[in-house]
Amino acid sequence: MVLEHLHLHHFKNHTGSDLTFGMQVNCLLGDNGSGKTNVLDAVHYLCHTKSYFNPIDAQNIAHDEAHMLIQGAFTRNDQKERVSCAVERGVKKVFRRNDKAYDRLADHIGRFPAVMIAPADSVLIQEGSEVRRRWIDSVISQFDREYLTQLLAYNKALNQRNILLRFFAENRRWDSEALEPWDAQLVPLASSIRRKRAEFVERFSPAFEETYREITNGAEAVCIRYLTKVSEDNDEFQRQLTEAQGDDRQLRRTTVGIHKDELSLELGAYPLKRFGSQGQQKSFLIALRLTQLAYIEQATGVKPILLLDDIFDKIDDKRVQALMTWVAKGDFGQVFITDTDLQRIPSMFRNIGADVRVFEVERGEVMQHEFEADAVKPGPTTLEP
Amino acid sequence: MELPSKLIEAAVDQMSSLPGVGRKTALRLVLNMLGRSEEQVEAFSEAFLHMKRGIHACNQCHNLTEMEVCSICLDPARQGNLVCIVEDIRDLLALEATGQYRGKYHVLGGVISPMDGIGPNDLNIASLAVRLETLTGSSDKVEVIFALPATMEGETTAFYIFRKLAPLAVEVTAIARGLAVGEDLQHADEATLVQSLRQRLPYTS
Repeated sequence: MVLEHLHLHHFKNHTGSDLTFGMQVNCLLGDNGSGKTNVLDAVHYLCHTKSYFNPIDAQNIAHDEAHMLIQGAFTRNDQKERVSCAVERGVKKVFRRNDKAYDRLADHIGRFPAVMIAPADSVLIQEGSEVRRRWIDSVISQFDREYLTQLLAYNKALNQRNILLRFFAENRRWDSEALEPWDAQLVPLASSIRRKRAEFVERFSPAFEETYREITNGAEAVCIRYLTKVSEDNDEFQRQLTEAQGDDRQLRRTTVGIHKDELSLELGAYPLKRFGSQGQQKSFLIALRLTQLAYIEQATGVKPILLLDDIFDKIDDKRVQALMTWVAKGDFGQVFITDTDLQRIPSMFRNIGADVRVFEVERGEVMQHEFEADAVKPGPTTLEP
Repeated sequence: MELPSKLIEAAVDQMSSLPGVGRKTALRLVLNMLGRSEEQVEAFSEAFLHMKRGIHACNQCHNLTEMEVCSICLDPARQGNLVCIVEDIRDLLALEATGQYRGKYHVLGGVISPMDGIGPNDLNIASLAVRLETLTGSSDKVEVIFALPATMEGETTAFYIFRKLAPLAVEVTAIARGLAVGEDLQHADEATLVQSLRQRLPYTS
């Protein structure tokens, strides 16, 4: 899948940008705050229906403007596809595919896969288990639509059950019979979600270990493990729910279930968070994202777009060079890279012979450059807003 | 919007308390009312008062009626041992509009949803249990039909009632779910198709 054309209107600091991309590598170069990452985020918006960085749509509209628009022209399975996202302050966002608005945004998820690698990924290591669950959920949802439906249903039933527990506590009463119907909803959903998560990690982890070895030249052993207390057996899980009623009553929320699952990220059998260096953690995250990309491609048959934001953060040029070589030789589809240095990435691709397009971004305006071997000069196709 | 009179303001406040009516629509309706004769307005407001005073729930099925017991419950031609459970009156009216159902009803008055502050005790479930217990004493075959919304809350409510009815000798069925009549397969959502496949029926020509 490739994004051929992108139009931005009042999106963050872009007043009006039109970009025509190359099929392989697209470099967005410019100073910090110039708006290069915003271009990546716009691609993320079209693929995932939301910003990678800021989940509040209205805050992605340019200051002092009432609305924003992102439009993209894709080619997917040899078909031309138009995707657009319009956000107006105080109005629900409208997401369209081929001019037809979606009733449910969830229907768009997975159709246009993209994977972002950004410094903010470190939350996957640093923050609590919720972030890692959100990650595994978003990856599986990319290729398994039933999973997303079940997850939404599970969360709804869980919310209803928790409200009931709070109600009992506030009114000093207890009625386990009233909990039963919610358990009956949760049990089959939890069982299916648990199975799908376990299957996913079982297949994902070996591929991930392999990718990590490749990008670090076999430095150390890594692994991802799925930890859950939910029993594989439905009756047993129902028993777990019943047994936990005492805790639930005290804590006023459901204390067992797949919403308590954890993904353990390990470096040589130790927790990565405490024992991994900054460089090791960064490599871990890059390997995780690249494996995610390969996995989605394998599961859906569509090559996802790779978005690399500020890849030089915390890793040395040599490693990036190795990574770029790997990106260019590998079977990756379209790649978007940002960097503050105007020379570094173009020169890295100089010898690889990849099809590279260079865009210079300054204060929300984008200029396209002809890619040349020795220096980057402004080309004839300057795109004015 | 600043209104020229406190009296109009009060009328607009009342009107906009209705579901689906915003302040602009309320003002339009109120001004229309103002343009009518006094008798007309009196007739209008009296119709509401009379309705409020004259209508109450049927003491058997909780359908709306002017009498103690509603006309459906009183109808001797209807099967008393067939009870269809619905969420509210509008569902009952929809089923009645088909003209195909010859049993009786039980109106729950909502579905269980802690999120909306509705628990089993807020619904007409206890009276259902009592009613069915009496029925099973006098009739050898009693059937209960769940005609509840195909939502998580509807299912939860059905599950709760099903558990409550377990000690009684009643047959429990649920209305079929699947493809809408006249609907194309390709336009049906996935959950509906899955359900239709799972609950497929022997074909009869």
